Amino acid sequence: MTAYLAQRFLIAVATLLVASLVVFAVLEVLPGDPARLMLGINATPDAVEALREQMGLNSPRPVRYLDWVAGMLSLDFGRSYTYSVPVIDLVAERIAVSLPLALISLVLSVAIAIPVGAFAAQRRGRAGDAVAMGAAQVGVAIPNFWFALLLIYLFAVWLRLVPAGGFPGWSAGVWPALKALFLPAIALALPQAAILARVTRSALIETLGEDYIRTARAKGLPFGAVLWRHALRNALIPMLTIIGLQFSFLLAGTIIIENVFYLPGLGRLIFQAITQRDLIVVEGVVMLLVATVVVVNLLVDLSYAIVDPRLRTR
Amino acid sequence: MTLLAIENLSLSIGETPILKNIGLSIEPGEVLGLVGESGSGKSMTALAIMRLLPQGARADGKILFGGENLLDASEEAMCRLRGDDIGMVFQEPMTALNPVKTIGEQVAEGIRWHTGAGRAEAERRAAQMLDRVGLSSAKFPLSRYPHQLSGGQRQRVVIAIACALKPKLLIADEPTTALDVVLQAQILELLRELVDENRMGLLLISHDLAVVTEMSDRIAIMRSGEVLETGETARTLSAQQHPYTRQLALASTHVPAGRSLPSPLWGGSAIRLSEAKPVSRGGGIRSPASRLTVSASLRPLADPPHKGEGRHPLLEVASITRDYPGPRPSLFSKAKTFRAVDDVSFSLMPGRSVALVGRSGCGKSTLARLVLALDKATSGTIRFMGKDITGRPEAELRQARRNMQVVFQDPYGSFNPRHRVERLVAEPLSLVEPAPDPLKRRELVAHALHQVGLKPHDMQKYPHEFSGGQRQRLSIARAIITRPKLVVADEAVSALDVSIRAQVLDLFAELNRTLGIAYLFITHDLTVARAITDEVLVMHEGRIVERGTTAGVLDNPQSEAAKALVDAAPDLRRAISHKLREQG
Repeated sequence: MTAYLAQRFLIAVATLLVASLVVFAVLEVLPGDPARLMLGINATPDAVEALREQMGLNSPRPVRYLDWVAGMLSLDFGRSYTYSVPVIDLVAERIAVSLPLALISLVLSVAIAIPVGAFAAQRRGRAGDAVAMGAAQVGVAIPNFWFALLLIYLFAVWLRLVPAGGFPGWSAGVWPALKALFLPAIALALPQAAILARVTRSALIETLGEDYIRTARAKGLPFGAVLWRHALRNALIPMLTIIGLQFSFLLAGTIIIENVFYLPGLGRLIFQAITQRDLIVVEGVVMLLVATVVVVNLLVDLSYAIVDPRLRTR
Repeated sequence: MTLLAIENLSLSIGETPILKNIGLSIEPGEVLGLVGESGSGKSMTALAIMRLLPQGARADGKILFGGENLLDASEEAMCRLRGDDIGMVFQEPMTALNPVKTIGEQVAEGIRWHTGAGRAEAERRAAQMLDRVGLSSAKFPLSRYPHQLSGGQRQRVVIAIACALKPKLLIADEPTTALDVVLQAQILELLRELVDENRMGLLLISHDLAVVTEMSDRIAIMRSGEVLETGETARTLSAQQHPYTRQLALASTHVPAGRSLPSPLWGGSAIRLSEAKPVSRGGGIRSPASRLTVSASLRPLADPPHKGEGRHPLLEVASITRDYPGPRPSLFSKAKTFRAVDDVSFSLMPGRSVALVGRSGCGKSTLARLVLALDKATSGTIRFMGKDITGRPEAELRQARRNMQVVFQDPYGSFNPRHRVERLVAEPLSLVEPAPDPLKRRELVAHALHQVGLKPHDMQKYPHEFSGGQRQRLSIARAIITRPKLVVADEAVSALDVSIRAQVLDLFAELNRTLGIAYLFITHDLTVARAITDEVLVMHEGRIVERGTTAGVLDNPQSEAAKALVDAAPDLRRAISHKLREQG
């Protein structure tokens, strides 16, 4: 078990290292001089040169790479070229929106997907299965921005339960903030739930064909009890894999939904930073996202070992 | 009162009839053996009693259990019966337990479900039951997971689950088929004891006539969904009124013609049966002349065996050892090694056949892989046709590979289902230089198919179009197409039904006679070893502990390991004579 974890941990560290090299290298070859960008087109070459010197852009590349990595390790991601504030502050502000949104969506997705998947697996090949999987198919197929617009129309315009967009900030109180995240979370969760429901169903169906399911049935357990007690836990591994992937996506891949609801999330931050050539922000956010994915994968690996005792002895 | 009475049970799945008017009955404390070949409907009968039939199955007739017709019972009523009054043990212990739950949880679950006992009480009873089946809680705490147990131990857990609530009827569907003979004997004894202790009825399903004969009071013989004959075990098997019963019995003890003088199997009287001892084989089957019958058209592929060959061993294994790294306790400590094959030496003369027997996990298959150069030895050398083949690069092994081929246990798993037979059987021809042209390939495939008793036009078919026995013929055809000198057969007939097994054994014997192929027969089945081999190597914990002529070792084993194997091996003759004495 220790060996398994240590191995996973080393892989995670190596992944981060490689990712940092790639991110650094890509941004090195991209055109655009941050110093000139910050000073505007009318700046004198001397002023630009002075700023370059001040920003450390004239040091050799390995030195700049090491400075950058060392800075990140102490949570110093540098200062935004556009806003002249520390990148970490920008990111922290956005994460306060994106992380809760991702978590709520994920919980919703799992809460919808598992019962639907189990329902379909239990009625495999019957009408209930067809209805559930048909609904999941629609859920995967609907573009989420369109679904988001429908939600806005229903809940915000018609029922007037929640605001149609914008984010009041957590300082405005927990409840108003949660209310603002409610619709985007549903809009994000639905397609994820549809995918996860399909995975759940097929994983359960495969597990239900195993010999130990027959053993459990021969014990006298009704089919439903067998499904929840014996099949579900064995079906968890493919499900956890998908859940891990979904969380990473929900954290950063939500730019369309953020735009529809006018939310100040991480996705929009990256988008703005790219259009403004605010490369230091891009670097920082990308590394942060890589780190998140790596950590999530590590957690998923860990959860495999919790679910399946056979992995613990490795 | 009759415990279980099946009357006119018919079953069909979709349009396919599976069972036809089955009638069976079991009294309390009685063991009914249900024998038949695969596909005969044994398991479906068991699942019908449990009402755990696959979707789309339709059953008619009556299954009376304690007077109640189970086919009319509600699902709730069935759930109350299953695991409480009727327990079931399955064939495959490796997969019959939930891998993510502890054995304690799994045994206690049924107890809690049926009796409403609390966790502590249920665990106490589970511990008792595990103790009863031979897994003492000191050595096997409830917190063990299935993967921490061996196959035999897992089967004990499955039996503990099935018998935890002292069922009135236990259904055991091939409970020992996946186990080696020594474990088989232990598990059967356990079942016997449980039957006697609780006056439990036992429906024992098996394809192995000897096992069923040893165990059961009455026997029912099934074929293609029908019960052909049923009655007291001894009488049924000694009278053999039904021709199929006779056929089954003969096939179970089949010895290929010319290999051995068949002993009088069923003399009619008990005395003669008990006297009937296996007669040791007269040798001298493989005259040089018979070996020279290799068709001349095949000469480009292989030199015909020449006369001098007999003096040098075909295969010489010298002090071979194979270590595997064990699990590493932590990332930085060195793993302990597990010695799978330990200092094994033997040699095999051309045209001879040797059986490698031993319990599961003794290293037989590892040794076979080493001989086939599919695995690297840790130390020691293997010489094949005079050349050292240990640790050689693949290019240098081509010659050796062409001259030794392998036949595996699972005829289906060893074929790519998407390729036609022509391509599958021709696979080893890639080792032949110069590569035969397509026309020649076809000719060779056709010839190989002919030699194993299949038709040349079968080469256009896919593997799934063949029966299990035919598929094993295909893998033999594939093995002999390069005219190998040695064929390694790894449990090559274990998965086959007795009558098909008899045919395949005949085929092996015939190929040995006509082509002079030597065999290394890896088997846990001593009947097979006796039927086809000249010498036996008994393997135990990686070592060869006994060797000698087949008859010599099997009739008079010296080592503990060999004695255990011979004692535990089910023997139809012995079982029948024993039953005859018991049942009069």
